[in-house]
Amino acid sequence: MKIGIVRFPGSNCDIDCLEAWRVMGEEPKLIWHQETSVQGFDLIVLPGGFSYGDYLRTGAIARFSPIMNDVIRFAKEGGLVWGICNGFQILTECGLLPGALLRNAGLHFICSPQYLRVENNKLAFTNCYEQGQVIQIPISHGEGNYTIDDDGLKALQDNGQIVFRYVTPEGEASAEGNPNGSRDNIAGIVNKKGNVLGMMPHPERVVEEITGGVDGKGMFLSILKAWEGRV
Amino acid sequence: MEPRVWREMGLTDEEYNRILELLGREPNILEVGIFAVMWSEHCSYKTSKPILKKFPTEGPQVLQGPGENAGIVDIGDNLAVVFKMESHNHPSAIEPYQGAATGVGGILRDIFTMGARPIAVLDALRFGPLEEEHNKYLLSGVVAGIGGYGNSIGIPTVGGDVYFHKSYSGNPLVNAMAVGLLRHENIAKGVAKGEGNPVMVIGARTGRDGIHGATFASVELSEESEAKRSAVQVGDPFMEKLLMEACLELIEADALVGIQDMGAAGLTSSAVEMAGRGNSGIELELSLVPRRETGMTPYEIMLSESQERMLVVPKAGREKEVEEVLNRWGLEAAVIGRVTNDGLLRVLEDGKLVAEIPVKALTEEAPVYYRPAAEPAYYQELKSKCFDSLELKGTAEEVFLALISNPTIASKEWIYRQYDHQVGTNTVVLPGGDAAVLRIRGTKKGIALTTDCNSRYVYLDPYLGGALAVVEAAQNIACVGAKPLAITDCLNFGNPEKPEIFWQFEQACAGVAEACRVLGTPVTGGNVSFYNETSGAAIYPTPMIGMVGLIEDLSQILGNTFRSEGEQIYLLGELEGELSGSEYLAQLENMEAGKLPELDLQEIKRRIDFLLELNKQGILLSAHDVSEGGLAVALAEMTVKYGATVNIKGSNQLKKLFGERLGRIIISISAQNAPKLEASAKDAGIPLVHLGESGGNTLKVMFNETCCLNVPLATYRPLFEQAIANRMNSKA
Repeated sequence: MKIGIVRFPGSNCDIDCLEAWRVMGEEPKLIWHQETSVQGFDLIVLPGGFSYGDYLRTGAIARFSPIMNDVIRFAKEGGLVWGICNGFQILTECGLLPGALLRNAGLHFICSPQYLRVENNKLAFTNCYEQGQVIQIPISHGEGNYTIDDDGLKALQDNGQIVFRYVTPEGEASAEGNPNGSRDNIAGIVNKKGNVLGMMPHPERVVEEITGGVDGKGMFLSILKAWEGRV
Repeated sequence: MEPRVWREMGLTDEEYNRILELLGREPNILEVGIFAVMWSEHCSYKTSKPILKKFPTEGPQVLQGPGENAGIVDIGDNLAVVFKMESHNHPSAIEPYQGAATGVGGILRDIFTMGARPIAVLDALRFGPLEEEHNKYLLSGVVAGIGGYGNSIGIPTVGGDVYFHKSYSGNPLVNAMAVGLLRHENIAKGVAKGEGNPVMVIGARTGRDGIHGATFASVELSEESEAKRSAVQVGDPFMEKLLMEACLELIEADALVGIQDMGAAGLTSSAVEMAGRGNSGIELELSLVPRRETGMTPYEIMLSESQERMLVVPKAGREKEVEEVLNRWGLEAAVIGRVTNDGLLRVLEDGKLVAEIPVKALTEEAPVYYRPAAEPAYYQELKSKCFDSLELKGTAEEVFLALISNPTIASKEWIYRQYDHQVGTNTVVLPGGDAAVLRIRGTKKGIALTTDCNSRYVYLDPYLGGALAVVEAAQNIACVGAKPLAITDCLNFGNPEKPEIFWQFEQACAGVAEACRVLGTPVTGGNVSFYNETSGAAIYPTPMIGMVGLIEDLSQILGNTFRSEGEQIYLLGELEGELSGSEYLAQLENMEAGKLPELDLQEIKRRIDFLLELNKQGILLSAHDVSEGGLAVALAEMTVKYGATVNIKGSNQLKKLFGERLGRIIISISAQNAPKLEASAKDAGIPLVHLGESGGNTLKVMFNETCCLNVPLATYRPLFEQAIANRMNSKA
């Protein structure tokens, strides 16, 4: 599979994503943000980090990077785009995904293991999980409080666009299971077509037992499976 | 020149006279400013030098000892670990967020300037009690600042330690340790040599921030310090991330002769130190320095502490390449001078000479003070107090719950969850373990990292306390299954011009040195922070120890909690601790006194070796050192998922449950392997006590067959985990 990981100035999970894909036996390419084409790739990853220092607003400057025009074209033509953490923030800023990410409700940065419930396992990103499966994937962000207006939320719910919800260890999507105040406990969403996914948790951090578990591996396996099925 | 001028810059009249002698003429104001920063305690170590010389600094594992930007130890496979700890106490007292953030930024530069990619940060913090609003403000700001910088640049903050004590009110300690990894051939040095080689400044532009920061760090804090806020620098982690990538690229390409961070005293110290190490001179043309403000004087340019800048000496002819790499990362590079062979620091502005000083006058000729030391009056008095007949205050259960809710003992989760401790995906043991562990990709190895210092012990007995700080670090490293390799230190003390303070310093360093010698962990570098006083009152002497250890095989990592029912719990070491200097005595009796238990370093070494040998056999299930709060607290820390029942026999319940004595480690092992353990301990002559077994959902302690403590996990875990959060969230 041809995987491209976009490197913005200030990206800091780019190498982590690269290493995670290597664990899966793939060899992705890093794409410098000043390049202008993602032609030939099967998947584009927008990794976590602090692109441009996140000084204006998270993801707000990265969306203007030269590469983003072609990432948007790629997404509109049905290409798989996977935004993690800062990548999710960039996807909402550039309009590929609805809603926005605000400062965490508690105002603090939070790095912690987090339980998620898989809400849609019909996607290219999640087909290896069970519907409703509770998995543990760490979060690490200061601005992951997902917000969207009432109509937008209803559309996400009706179209099965909510992919992951924050839950308690028992799988309850309650206030207690919600670390950052996200609306409807939303941790990750897809676009209507199901080819652009954004999520705050970091699956690339949990693909090896030695570094904290393998609950994130399912996403990598799902993507490979979906891609193999399509070829 | 008016005496007021040099005095305000922190020079004494004698030091000014020495400058007159060295130059053979009267200096101008710029030159006085340069002398003042280079001769400040922060840059010159003029007071600490004679004492620091006594540290053991050599060993087969040491590739770089003190004197460079950071120390380096070999971990095999052509790989080496670069590490150093540094203080940012005074800036953090005045502006906690930026003070702490730039502390992290500065220490990271010390690591990548050596050619290493930083892989971890640890923070050793000391604050006054959280009952005071101002201390809450400081903790909150410092933690946000460390996170703000580390999270953004993408280096995980994996550990550290935090204590709360009233001596730190108004003078918090913020000591940041950074650790990097490199291949042997990539070791870079902070040296300027090769006549005619260009000198370049790369990274951020120079502004007016932080002028005289080094001098500021070398005076006591007072009411007026708030007014010196301009001496605190402002950090930009985004800029540093770009700078780091660019520097590592330049070093990898072997384009440089030397490279040095522009930290304290900015351009002045980096140019002087690089020339000093290379036995060279250096000539700078200030009009070529990229500036972010107009109208800056030579004085301001030379002394600016603007962050995220480096001084590099490229190999001749490779200036263009340096510029290209920097530009690709969106940064600037400018040639601002050249290396000379006349041994002079020569500063020009638009071709006009504005300062000329022999480099050696600023480095080797810097004054060295042999300060008088005097044993303080409190020492013998506190030492004479005996607590053998003290009775338990309240029930064991009440005391237990009070101790585990003490912020010094309680979980530091409120702090570390604000730090990204996983970015880089190498963190194997997360914060909360005895030591942090990172894997070394491409090998089976891991490195263990910790910071430690119980300053109450140091206050009561500086020699023993200094040694105990090293002992505790070594025990923490061993408890995760790693062999202690080497240390860096950050020596935080009061005003060394006071003989009592200097005595503390001298004694503590002697203790550190002796422990390092016996435990085989040389000192590879560090930092001294004096003048940690507020309105004349000094902090408790705090020689912070940052230690690195090596795990040959990651499958042998040890955890510090019970992971199943029926694990047999043993104590390596003596059952009884002492109340002298204990957390119990301080918290329950409001006393900090007593004679610390005797310390047999050889015995400590034997126990650590014994522990590591057992672990090699793969029979240990967990290990945890017994420190503040004694045995009962150590057991509470190990009972996360599973409770435990332990049986203790003998006299003096108080000293057995809550007494403290380093050199004690709790381990657990399967019932099947227990006889093997008992036999090995007997053979080795190591004291070993069977305490009980894991299981259930309470911590139950039987004392001479009578239950003295029986608390459900559900009662004490939340108290332990929420102690700091509860205090931070409560309004006074």
